[in-house]
Amino acid sequence: MSKKSFRQAINEALRLEMRRDPRVILMGEDVAGGQGGSAGTVDAWGGVLGVTKGLYTEFGPERVFDTPITEASYIGAAAGAAATGLRPVAELMFVDFVGCCLDQIMNQAAKFRYMFGGKARTPLVIRAMFGAGFNAAAQHSQALYPLFTHIPGLKVVIPSSPYEAKGLLIEAIRDDDPVIFLEHKVMYDDEEEVPDEAYTIPFGEANLTREGDDVTIVAFGRMVKLANEAADRLERQGIGCTVIDPRTTSPLDRDTILDCVADTGRLVIVDESSPRCNMAADISALVAEEAFDALKAPIRRVIPPHTPVPFASVLEALYLPDAAKIEAAVKAVMNHNVTEAA
Amino acid sequence: MNASITPITMPKFGLAMTEGKLAGWMVRPGATVRAGDDLADIETSKITNAYESPAAGILRRQVAQEGETLAVGALIGVLADAEATDAEIDAFIARFNAEFSAGSAEDAEEAPPEPSVIDVKGRALRVLDIGHGDGDPIVLIHGFGGDIGNWLFNHAALAEGRRVIAFDLPGHGGSGKDVGDGTLAFFSTVVVDLLDTLGIDRAHLVGHSLGGGVALTTVKNAPSRVASLALLAPAGLGPDVNMAFIDGFITADRQKTLIPVLSYLVHDKGLIGRKMADDVLRYKRLDGAVDALRRVAAANFADGKQTDTLRPVLESAPPTLIIWGKDDEILPASHAAGLPEAVTVVILPDTGHMPQMERSDDVNGRIRAFLAR
Amino acid sequence: MQIARETLLRSYRAMRTIRDFEERLHVEFATGEIPGFVHLYCGEEASGVGVCANLTDSDTISSTHRGHGHCIAKGVEVSGMMAEIYGKSTGVCRGKGGSMHIADLSRGMLGANGIVGGGPPLMCGAALSHKVLKDGGVAVAFYGDGASNEGSTLESLNLATVWKLPVVFVVEDNGYGEATGSSFAVAGTQKARAEGFGMPYMECDGSDFFAVHQTAGEAIAHARAGNGPVMLHVHLARWYGHFEGDAMSYRAAGEVAEARRDHDCLVLFRRKVTEAGLLDDAELDAIDESVRDEIESSVVAAKAAPLPEAADLLADVYVRY
Repeated sequence: MSKKSFRQAINEALRLEMRRDPRVILMGEDVAGGQGGSAGTVDAWGGVLGVTKGLYTEFGPERVFDTPITEASYIGAAAGAAATGLRPVAELMFVDFVGCCLDQIMNQAAKFRYMFGGKARTPLVIRAMFGAGFNAAAQHSQALYPLFTHIPGLKVVIPSSPYEAKGLLIEAIRDDDPVIFLEHKVMYDDEEEVPDEAYTIPFGEANLTREGDDVTIVAFGRMVKLANEAADRLERQGIGCTVIDPRTTSPLDRDTILDCVADTGRLVIVDESSPRCNMAADISALVAEEAFDALKAPIRRVIPPHTPVPFASVLEALYLPDAAKIEAAVKAVMNHNVTEAA
Repeated sequence: MNASITPITMPKFGLAMTEGKLAGWMVRPGATVRAGDDLADIETSKITNAYESPAAGILRRQVAQEGETLAVGALIGVLADAEATDAEIDAFIARFNAEFSAGSAEDAEEAPPEPSVIDVKGRALRVLDIGHGDGDPIVLIHGFGGDIGNWLFNHAALAEGRRVIAFDLPGHGGSGKDVGDGTLAFFSTVVVDLLDTLGIDRAHLVGHSLGGGVALTTVKNAPSRVASLALLAPAGLGPDVNMAFIDGFITADRQKTLIPVLSYLVHDKGLIGRKMADDVLRYKRLDGAVDALRRVAAANFADGKQTDTLRPVLESAPPTLIIWGKDDEILPASHAAGLPEAVTVVILPDTGHMPQMERSDDVNGRIRAFLAR
Repeated sequence: MQIARETLLRSYRAMRTIRDFEERLHVEFATGEIPGFVHLYCGEEASGVGVCANLTDSDTISSTHRGHGHCIAKGVEVSGMMAEIYGKSTGVCRGKGGSMHIADLSRGMLGANGIVGGGPPLMCGAALSHKVLKDGGVAVAFYGDGASNEGSTLESLNLATVWKLPVVFVVEDNGYGEATGSSFAVAGTQKARAEGFGMPYMECDGSDFFAVHQTAGEAIAHARAGNGPVMLHVHLARWYGHFEGDAMSYRAAGEVAEARRDHDCLVLFRRKVTEAGLLDDAELDAIDESVRDEIESSVVAAKAAPLPEAADLLADVYVRY
């Protein structure tokens, strides 16, 4: 056990699973990097943000495959390889690039099992980084997990910390269904204690990172960290928050969300993805349908506006949810009855 | 006046870089550089890049030393004309650093002692070894499903003036997950191996629950290595064991199902929170952990009864203290009845299976007094 | 011509089975009893069968929306296919795939595919599996002239070459992508495309089983030996419309009639093997009769088979969820 970054935790998960199971292979643009370059170096990058560094060196060209910049062919190849005996982990780099290969994910990998009457297994993991906060602008900053969550046959994982990332990625690699594993790009240098050994965190089981009696906050990925910050501030002001990290949007731990809403009677949802048809909307519908009577105040969503992600820092900050916005939303739901009485 | 002084700061390469290591200077102090000349090699968690000088001038100072890691934007060097005096440059550096570090005040706290994983005759054991003193050291042996964290409230208190070693049994905590045949005899050989590895001839064994059974078995198999026994709700003194706890501990896979199981451990059910459950779940998620627990349970609690009968060991044991919670729901306190007179037995009221947590001060005091006798 | 007698009989039977299967579907579809839509492979039988005669169950193929022929050629069981097309629970996909998604992974058949250009990337992956697992297998991507223009296909030609994969790209060129002629939609030539990616190009007449078998055999041997991908361009004629119900108003009068008259792979096959004394008419007639019975009984069984149950709606979305 030692402190490890989000990046190291993911690298370690890949390394341990590749050691454990020879069917696990890695592919993606520059997952090693440097092949064909004039310097003759390989493993030059280890992924554009260094997440897969060293894996080519350890496992070699029979397990780690650099690809041309052709997402449709290699994501499709990953799906085909998964259906025929390998357990590929394909890196899509920025999740925004899914536009180039959505067919292979949505119409092929996700559908095999159902379309083929339950006879296919597609143990595929697609890793991609997502999210705003780096001035990466509209084509490199989206949080597209609702897009994947929408597609039956896919599982969608959004780790919120290094510990979560390692356990969830190992679970993803051992899972027999296609899994979309989304890493928030602002978190790669976050650090925490992570066991050296392999471990798994089951899907569809939410984690409560804070517990309080007044308001339930549901948050995803990096938003969990912001929600925790807001909850800690609110705690000092006498408002107790339960923070739920669902870990996976598909499957979604509906029971924990409904249980906590039943306990607190108030719900704030923090979702970095574009607001229409996102997780905040989905969970709002769930709670409205299943826990209407428990609600003491309207549900509040802390969400970006319906715009592309802007480039300039000042606009990007306006766009993104942050701890202050979460804090304000919690206070708003707390003040709901007070306002009414006044 | 100092318009000709240019700060050279830690550059930002790529999206995610927050800090960089100055891997090496490529220009000597006093050398003249042109804009675009390579100044230094900067290493980040993913790449090493040559940093090109943003301006022309003389490299008057190398503020950052080779191998130093600095935040993006921190001052690593100073470029200036020959006219700038050393005093001006010093003032510039001081002002820059003051402005840069404002808001990023460091809070250097002394880190608590960290456990380490050591090799014990080919076996990886996580060990937390603290305290110094002349007397025989104490070795703390936790119970089924436990780890060194079970001694959170005891370790430091017992280590005042004495070396105290806590470790994770094989299959538990951060130790390797091979539990051999899972028997008390197996674990007792590991205790002796640990003593050998640490160069300890003889130790006081403090054992909780299954760890108490391990301590008793160690007395049986290697009596010369045991100075005394302090046993907290030990296994081996009777047939009964709460199999709902054992089975539930093995099978529960989420906080919601685990919390009721952990509640068997204590008299005050409020002590069992999600954090404790989460720690147990984190352990159980490790590859091999649940298999290890199953094997240990099969070896020690087959058919819902304790396998080993260790009461005879106490007939000729070293000095022995037994502490038991009156309301123990895992191993009943009635197992402490009818023991040889030489054994000191303490039954604590309003206490469950973990007296070292529920009555830590009391337990610590009694063990210290027992050892000081 | 060094084809084993056994292979000749099996191949003739497969081609006859495809023909009868499709002709029967043409009739049955018109009754309205078959849900959805179907795309028929009539006239193209020698292509699928000639290629697959060089494969075993441990090789993998992907197919297209016009997939019945490839399924039968790769050994998928006919009654299960028929039941699938009728949407019955006894179908190979339990009535959840239908005509365009018939698959049988145990036979190395990774599915007909409703997406034009869907198969080639998948076959890069199957070929990667064969390569990494060192099982000696080859992957074959069947796709049409229409799909040959898809980005996913062109990317796959590149990827397969870059990774030196054991994959054969079989372009089944029947001259039409839906209702648009390939002379309009396909720029340049398939040959130039293959050469552009640095891979060997071969072509053959798809109505001649022997030509297909021979050429595909060479292509597959090349890939199996670890020499990288090959493109096999098969020239074909489509006897029916893009889908059933297509009036084919875009095709000149007599185009199909000529194909049926002069390029019927079954007629050509029979002529060749009987003239060469390899097989006689009696054994071929016996196959014809046996296939007729098999198709008849598969239709009867499919019509009588139970429909899927409500619980099947929710089953098999995931292995575990």
